[in-house]
Amino acid sequence: MTTTLPAYDEVVARYEPVIGLETHVELGTNTKMWCGCPTDFGGEPNTRVCPVCLGLPGSLPVANKAAIEATIRIGLALNCSIAQWCRFARKNYFYPDMPKNFQISQYDEPLCFDGYLDVEVNGETVRIGIERVHLEEDTGKTLHVGGATGRIHGATESLVDYNRAGIPLVEIVTKPIPGTGALAPEVARAYVTELRDVLRSLGVSDVRMEEGSLRCDVNTSLNLPGEEWGTRTETKNVNSLRSVERAVRSEMLRQASVLDAGGRITQETRHFHEDTGDTTPGRSKETATDYRYFPEPDLVPLAPDPAWVAELKAALPELPRLHRRRLQQAWGLSDADMQSVLNAGAVELIEETVAAGATPAAARKWWLGELSRRANETGVELAEVGATPAQVAELQGLVDAGKLNDKLARAVLEGVVAGEGSPTEIMGARGLEVVSDTGALTAAVDEAIAANPEIAEKIRSGKVAAAGALVGAVMKTTRGQADAKTVRELILTRLS
Amino acid sequence: MTDITRMTATQIAELVASGETSAVEVTRAHLDRIAAVDGQVNAFLHVDSEGALAAAREVDARRSAGEELGPLAGVPVAVKDVLTTKGVPTTVGSKILEGWRPPYDSTIVQRLRAAGTVMLGKTNMDEFAMGSSTEYSAYGPTRNPWDTDRIPGGSGGGSAAALAAYEAPLAIGSDTGGSIRQPGAVTGTVGAKPTYGGTSRYGLVAFSSSLDTPGPCARTVLDAALLHEAIGGHDPRDSTSIPAPVPDVVAAAKLGATGDLSGVRLGIVSEFAGEGAEPGVLAAFHEAVDTLTKLGAEIVEVSCPHFRYALPAYYLIAPSECSSNLARFDGVRFGLRVGDDGNRSLEEVMSLTREAGFGAEVKRRIMIGTYALSSGYYDAYYGQAQKVRTLITRDFTAAFERVDALISPTTPFVAFPLGARTSDPYQMYLADLFTIPTNLYGGPGISVPCGLSDGLPVGLQVMAPTMADDRMYRVAAALESAVGTLTPPQL
Amino acid sequence: MAAISREEVAHLARLSRLAVTEEELDTFAGQLDVILQAVAQVGEVAAADIPPTSHSVPLTNVLREDVVTPGLTPQEALSGAPDAEEQRFRVPRILDEDVAS
Ligand SMILES: [Mg+2]
Ligand SMILES: [Zn+2]
Repeated sequence: MTTTLPAYDEVVARYEPVIGLETHVELGTNTKMWCGCPTDFGGEPNTRVCPVCLGLPGSLPVANKAAIEATIRIGLALNCSIAQWCRFARKNYFYPDMPKNFQISQYDEPLCFDGYLDVEVNGETVRIGIERVHLEEDTGKTLHVGGATGRIHGATESLVDYNRAGIPLVEIVTKPIPGTGALAPEVARAYVTELRDVLRSLGVSDVRMEEGSLRCDVNTSLNLPGEEWGTRTETKNVNSLRSVERAVRSEMLRQASVLDAGGRITQETRHFHEDTGDTTPGRSKETATDYRYFPEPDLVPLAPDPAWVAELKAALPELPRLHRRRLQQAWGLSDADMQSVLNAGAVELIEETVAAGATPAAARKWWLGELSRRANETGVELAEVGATPAQVAELQGLVDAGKLNDKLARAVLEGVVAGEGSPTEIMGARGLEVVSDTGALTAAVDEAIAANPEIAEKIRSGKVAAAGALVGAVMKTTRGQADAKTVRELILTRLS
Repeated sequence: MTDITRMTATQIAELVASGETSAVEVTRAHLDRIAAVDGQVNAFLHVDSEGALAAAREVDARRSAGEELGPLAGVPVAVKDVLTTKGVPTTVGSKILEGWRPPYDSTIVQRLRAAGTVMLGKTNMDEFAMGSSTEYSAYGPTRNPWDTDRIPGGSGGGSAAALAAYEAPLAIGSDTGGSIRQPGAVTGTVGAKPTYGGTSRYGLVAFSSSLDTPGPCARTVLDAALLHEAIGGHDPRDSTSIPAPVPDVVAAAKLGATGDLSGVRLGIVSEFAGEGAEPGVLAAFHEAVDTLTKLGAEIVEVSCPHFRYALPAYYLIAPSECSSNLARFDGVRFGLRVGDDGNRSLEEVMSLTREAGFGAEVKRRIMIGTYALSSGYYDAYYGQAQKVRTLITRDFTAAFERVDALISPTTPFVAFPLGARTSDPYQMYLADLFTIPTNLYGGPGISVPCGLSDGLPVGLQVMAPTMADDRMYRVAAALESAVGTLTPPQL
Repeated sequence: MAAISREEVAHLARLSRLAVTEEELDTFAGQLDVILQAVAQVGEVAAADIPPTSHSVPLTNVLREDVVTPGLTPQEALSGAPDAEEQRFRVPRILDEDVAS
């Protein structure tokens, strides 16, 4: 199907989008939700299983305390109310990656509900309502065999590994978000980014979208101004921050083209394709299974003690937004400067570099300058560029001690990024240290004076500016390893 | 020496402990008895002779080594095929699990081993414990040792028949709506349903999770109490397990055996007094009430107005939970698979597997449950049934403010002929009319023989408040001391 | 009035993954009708203000410490599988792509 999509500007001029996000987060507990099987990645297939997570007849679930605690902490961080009494429910549907053919989830009694998360988009604060935060279990992994693409279509059979089955999964659902207009895609992205940062600060998950420990479904609808909200679609398989933004945008464009042509939006699940950036339809919600939810009879209710909840609340870490604000003040940055730090993804890196002993200004200079440039060139995240905050702080320490000048420091950093060792080691190995031995420097200065008698004469006669040429000559003979200021002083002393 | 198979568990344990006989001898005697009579009874789906003898040898070795043995060491036990046994076939009476050897033991089976009992094998049952006659077993019906043309009750007919046929002195059952007590009643044996949560469900293949309760079956009240004590108590692998010690049921059974019930108030549920029960059953019951009065008990009538809704509520709750519990039987991870010819999709293969693997009663209940949980019907059916459950619990609570325990006939009718009720599912359901309220409430109940009707056993049920299991043992033991145990005709 | 039609029984069978035969449909429709009419009696109880009971045990917060416990070997895990390949459970091709979570 080749339809010409309308221009985005026109779409947002005509329609108002309403978005909503449903995020699933795999918790980083030691064990699964209902059994003592380990949750670590990378095991051979079906090596992290027991009767419970295989759903063998007779097995029973027992809830993981750490997972309950993590969920409450997430709820508190998202300003939610914590249920005083709630239950797990069974969501019944047949699928081979789900060993019991029902998922233990929560239905009308979520553990956390009615909260919000403030996110910043273009310097404006947008408050995203949180409908609920609940706890459920993840499924196993299915490998499709026989098809050309390894995908389900065309496969002749599938192979199931239950190592991931039963990993605690927290589902975070926003309230519908109207009124963001043309910014809807960016708001969606900013929300997931902020949520990810919150989850990371809580230490409850490694929140890696690429590895699937953070997964996002995006709801999108369009309506004409002043009219009721439109029919929404749910886009699944959105596996990166960039994709969140693209998925909303592409779904807005697609829906607009359908509406423009007088069509109706079908309530359905759609799949996002990373390669093409568009969505294709999945199962229509109208034929969706009735999940026949009912209270899970193998578990007893949760009734978190208010004192326990208060304790968890008191122990929450400083949340990213407040933390950033505090850093901005401590670092003395303008809003614009802070924004560029944020955009570069350098907050934590700078923070850790400062903690390792560098001044904020120096830390910011390295991460936003040389290292950002390298990350851009090689197409990696700043955190993956190859240098650690500790190394950057060490490098700056060498500069501050006068052992490296700026140019030498850049050369050392090159070695660090190449994995040659610590800045001190590289400085030694490559012989990059500033020549601070005054005897050697004096010899080099004398040599330069002798080789350039005319310039020396000019300086003697008071034309101090001419010293630059001699400094250059000394730097050349010391292969840049001298401190230019010291050299200049030496020259002026010798010729005064 | 008298025939070992006619002895009580208590007697056998004493002989083994004193060294008068060995656990191996005891086990051989029972295996021989099974070989001799089980062709007529079909109580066992699997006899684990090797495992039993190995366990018996271990008990004998421990005794020789001077180790102290538990009160049931060396006593054979038959286990309903609803409990997982590591490496030993577990079918739940269903084709869908034919040949399945679980890779793990249920908690009950672990505790039986720890107590030094000797597991003889796995007993027959209605498929997935759904039924009241054991005729819904995929492996043929069990027959009542009192009359092999009659049913032994269900779903635990195999365990009850094994006791009545002297194939085992102890057995394990599970009671969701009466599946321990009703077979106990119609085979003239003792069957106790503990307080829900008093015995672990870990490894009990689920039928209805909020109702299923494993429990002891025996020929005497004291034996049942000893077995109850051995298998009961908190299990951290079952979230619904009560973290409290088992009430002292053994002491209560011994106290009851003195035949003194003075100071005990027993309530007769007026709603159960006349309705539904056969005249012969009522006659035996009333005679037992007279006996209890003579033993010193005070009898009062109490009304439990919502008990009449127990049966319909049960036949909504149990199917609802079963429709979900049985979803895992899909031919993917264990058990039967049908129709995987390389062309059919998983959905087709699943449906063919379940169609071939489940019997008609299981299919009926799965569909009833699927219906009752559907979003359009949930409130009227499942939701309303749960409210009835609240009302029934209130009836019990109110009754127990006035009396120590409630009594009733265990079942409205004596063992009926095979095939008499299979064509009309609802007629079969009525067998559990008197036992179901207890399951909905969660309290304990016991069936103890109270006499005969037309030469067939009648059981009296004692129902007690939750976690007061000891009370019912006292009353049952007292009645037993007066009535005696019932002996079926020779097979 | 019948509580349930033959078509509804067919729908329930599909939802329950039961490939029932035409003959069974007829039998089940009759039987389920009798059962559903009987159990509908629960509706007679006026229970607007009655809380539901889903469980008889008065327990809450039964939780487990987050400590690894031994599980099954892959051989044990796969021991009951009707079909296995590459240490995984093998199933025929799947038609329905959608996974809810
Ligand atoms: Mg979910
Ligand atoms: Zn596990």
